[in-house]
Amino acid sequence: MADEPLVLGIETSCDETGVGIVRGHTLLADAVASSVDEHARYGGVVPEVASRAHLEAMVPTIQRALKQAGVSAGDLDGIAVTAGPGLAGALLVGVSAAKAYAYALGKPLYGVNHLASHICVDQLEHGALPEPTMALLVSGGHSSLLLAPDITGDVRPLGATIDDAAGEAFDKVARVLGLGFPGGPAIDRHARDGDPAAIAFPRGLTGGRDPLYDFSFSGLKTAVARWVEARRRDGRDVPVADVAASFQEAVVDVLTRKAIRACKDNGVDHLMIGGGVAANSRLRSLALERCEGAGIRLRVPRPGLCTDNGAMVAALGAEMVARGRASSTFDLPADSSLPVTEVSVPGHTHDHVHEAARDNLHG
Amino acid sequence: MLLLAFDTATPAVTAALHDGERVLAESTVIDARRHGELLVPAVDRVLSTAGRALADVTGVVVGVGPGPYTGLRVGLVTAASFGDALGVPVHGVCTLDGLAWAAGEAGLEGPFTVATDARRKEVYWACYDGPAVRVTEPAVNRPADLPADVLALPAVGAGAALYPDAFTDRRPDPAHQSAGSLGALAAHRLAAGEAFAPALPLYLRRPDAQVPAGYKAVLPT
Repeated sequence: MADEPLVLGIETSCDETGVGIVRGHTLLADAVASSVDEHARYGGVVPEVASRAHLEAMVPTIQRALKQAGVSAGDLDGIAVTAGPGLAGALLVGVSAAKAYAYALGKPLYGVNHLASHICVDQLEHGALPEPTMALLVSGGHSSLLLAPDITGDVRPLGATIDDAAGEAFDKVARVLGLGFPGGPAIDRHARDGDPAAIAFPRGLTGGRDPLYDFSFSGLKTAVARWVEARRRDGRDVPVADVAASFQEAVVDVLTRKAIRACKDNGVDHLMIGGGVAANSRLRSLALERCEGAGIRLRVPRPGLCTDNGAMVAALGAEMVARGRASSTFDLPADSSLPVTEVSVPGHTHDHVHEAARDNLHG
Repeated sequence: MLLLAFDTATPAVTAALHDGERVLAESTVIDARRHGELLVPAVDRVLSTAGRALADVTGVVVGVGPGPYTGLRVGLVTAASFGDALGVPVHGVCTLDGLAWAAGEAGLEGPFTVATDARRKEVYWACYDGPAVRVTEPAVNRPADLPADVLALPAVGAGAALYPDAFTDRRPDPAHQSAGSLGALAAHRLAAGEAFAPALPLYLRRPDAQVPAGYKAVLPT
């Protein structure tokens, strides 16, 4: 429908320069330039390397997305950008670009939350989100259970990891097994040939007195490392496929168990899963199996929309426009630790006295 | 001609409009930690002060550093985005050249050095033979490691002020980068038909990242 908001979204919170264009719930373009290969030899994302790559890729990726969508920048109803959370220097490149385009084109600017965007992207795949939405968000930087009565303004954290994010555990275990970076796809691949019940790795925070919706993956990672090292010390082969499958099973078992518990406790009959780890094939299949068993409808976007991308930011931006939410001002900051409860960063009144004082000080 | 000039490679967040003859408006705020917040509002301010529209701008002039990277990138990505959105050329100018031009405007003649703060006890620096003629490539060093003849020259910039023991002939002006001076220098170059640097960052250092030595075992050895 032509009267739905046409929004361009920019995402630079980590190592992907993502630019997406949506019209309402319809995906028109999803252009991503990744610097992941440059980070591989360091075994993790190097912030300065990521920031440099964002600067190089920013304008070409925007041009590519506009071309893909077949729209002109002047037709846009708004420009949305990830304002946080994420790597400070990386976020700043996207935020600065979004401001410049919005200002030059005379379009409203929407600084939005990365985590809420990961949820909202499902509107491009499965239509309007139910209200409330129960979402399990799992990536290299986050593992959270979120209840969102209104994705443009009310997102409530039910629980989160108390140590490592799920994706971080995949990276660390992949390092133990010598499978390289990023670890998620490698573990997923090797696990397909392994037995998920071969080794009984611990399920973190699943005891009777443990917090219901929080996660812990640090102990699991250490348990895997100890098991593998003991094996190597004894001069025995490490069954990589079985270790990968058993580790992966321990992660997805806890994730799905707690997510379904959260749905039941809150009377929500569906579950949305987003974030890079939602691209994991075993998480997708076990979640489907358990949701079916519990009478819960599962919503998981295709893998390409689970990992970081600009379309998810555009999706949330379009929803903000559709609901008439306030846009951001041009002094929008990039906030590396933006809380999940802040879905967007609207205009804030500035401390003019402070600014004037600075001028006088240095004038 | 209407040039929109800005520079975020130093603690100054500075923007100006230059019409080829003179600076129409300038805004300079010193805040090393808020380049991203302050730049577009500064552009907005100079446009409204001068009573001009962004659509009238015929070219963007941006300081390409060297300077601390996070702030530097704000200016460069903003310039590239304006250039694309407005369909106008983006002219890169070495940040130190802007300071040199401003030193000339302040009356400094002959050979001199420009030095800015590169943090980590180092300075970004270059030598000039007059305000428009740079005679060395921009570089980053500890002040004490610079050649004695460089250190003996009149010196401008925050890098010189920070290390008075090394830079013995310090001049107070310009204390900070000025987009007005940067725009004036760009207008001078355009009039002379000189080429501009590409609007790409002068980092001068590699990212600080170590390839991990190897897997660190959990079990005691």
